[in-house]
Amino acid sequence: MSALTFSLKKPLQFAINCAVLTPDGLANRTLNEIAALTLQHGKQAVRVDELFDISGHDSASLRFLNTSDQLDYLGANMHSGRIDISGDAGAYLGFGMKGGEIHCHGNTQDLAACNMQNGRLVIHGNTGDFLGGAAAGLRKGMLGGTVVVKGHAGDRVGDQMRRGLILIEGNAGDYCASRMLAGTVGVLGKVGNYAGFSMHRGTLLLTTQPDLHPTMQACGSHTLPFLNLLYKSFAPYSQAFASLKSLRAERWLGDAAIQGVGEILVIR
Amino acid sequence: MIINGIQIDDTFAEAFNMRGTRVIITAQNLTWAYHAARAMTGFATSVIGCGVEAGIEAEIPSEQSPDGRPGVSLLMFAMGSKVLMQQLETRMGQCVLTCPTAAAFAGITSDEPINLGKNLRFFGDGFQTSKLIGGKRYWRVPVMDGEFLCEESTGMVRAIGGGNFLILATSQSAALAAAEVAIAAMQRLPNVIMPFPGGVVRSGSKVGSRYAALFASTNDAFCPTLKGVTQSELSSDIESVMEIVIDGLSFDDIALAMHTGIAAICAMGSASGVKRISAGNYGGKLGPHHFKLHAIMGIEKP
Repeated sequence: MSALTFSLKKPLQFAINCAVLTPDGLANRTLNEIAALTLQHGKQAVRVDELFDISGHDSASLRFLNTSDQLDYLGANMHSGRIDISGDAGAYLGFGMKGGEIHCHGNTQDLAACNMQNGRLVIHGNTGDFLGGAAAGLRKGMLGGTVVVKGHAGDRVGDQMRRGLILIEGNAGDYCASRMLAGTVGVLGKVGNYAGFSMHRGTLLLTTQPDLHPTMQACGSHTLPFLNLLYKSFAPYSQAFASLKSLRAERWLGDAAIQGVGEILVIR
Repeated sequence: MIINGIQIDDTFAEAFNMRGTRVIITAQNLTWAYHAARAMTGFATSVIGCGVEAGIEAEIPSEQSPDGRPGVSLLMFAMGSKVLMQQLETRMGQCVLTCPTAAAFAGITSDEPINLGKNLRFFGDGFQTSKLIGGKRYWRVPVMDGEFLCEESTGMVRAIGGGNFLILATSQSAALAAAEVAIAAMQRLPNVIMPFPGGVVRSGSKVGSRYAALFASTNDAFCPTLKGVTQSELSSDIESVMEIVIDGLSFDDIALAMHTGIAAICAMGSASGVKRISAGNYGGKLGPHHFKLHAIMGIEKP
């Protein structure tokens, strides 16, 4: 069976909440039923077939073509299946995702992997702020799963992240791993200012020394055998990260301003 | 049954149900992995006095070990899960946590996890760090040489303890030389350990004693110096008996180990001084697992 494909008909004026267009949400529905579903576009509820050309049958594998950064909440709360996005995606990509895979071959807006719980999200382009963060009003961000960003990420990566793995092969912006509670964030490129700001626990793995604020405490250089385990675990997700070999790392702990014991490891 | 001039008695070894676990210990090099493993499996020859029976199972090359460093796997057996858990935690804390560069990982999976580093982490006094990697939780405990890395739990499985055979020889040196050959062959096998010193025990026991406080005492029927005063199992030419006790993860593992050890001795021939191979049992009434020597050596008595 061919993937169930949604091809956007024309550029969008407003963002659309695409949360219903997931493998779980579309399972056991006919094409007519799917076409009749409505999505919120501005003040209007618009039928899916007014926005997308629909083809294919396999609801376990969805494809989005001619996409736009106005397509919000793609893959939200999905439990299984796979979504391929051949272009950009809007905000909240993979919001609350509980399983399955999303591959976005363009860029995404803010809050990708927000409150994600499990599964895998791969962003082949760049992503905005608050990757793996928490939705407004929530105190915990990403709760599990794996996010791989081939390009760059914006500010506040892993903000309030509680568990899981975020691997960024490019650069990350300011406040990387801010207010992080646990989990692992890796950045192969550079990070901006205030990395680890208000960090409680967790690990920020870097390959270049950032400019850190004074409440991140230098703990010296060390050989850490657990890095071997970590590198091995990267292999299914990112060859760039799996190719890391050095067990020597500069260790910083903090944020001392909140008695945090999060760590920033700068691989040597 | 006679193999290469050595008589194999028509008897059986009687073994018991136990609970077992496996732990992998790695370190900066094999020397330090062995230091930790030997400490952890020390004073663990018999559940009678030690709580657990434990031994080093195999070396783990660095390319196969969890953290890419050389290590060893060790097996630990106890009569019950509670004792096994308690002994494992105690020995981990005193023998592996303390050993420079050592790290510990689960060596077996099961539906019954038991604590490996779950409670040891509190030694970190709040500075310990948890990492969930590949679905497994690890603890990194800061210690004076760097970090103690330990997986949170390992598996506990049903196992068997007390497989054994006896080597009856014309001299003490001949009995011990044969035992060494057998142990060398058996140590190459997975899933089994021979928990006694060097894998060999000289003080085989029988159930009961003339002293009320003791529930086991010397196996006088196999003591060569008592031939004239007890109902001896030994002929006049037997001057020494050595026993090899085997604990394993399954009946087949122990049977294979017994076969391997006995076959290695038989290959030496009767000229080595070994005259008989026998086994220890309690009449078949205590242990549910019976390892019949003839069956193990490939010939089932009709």
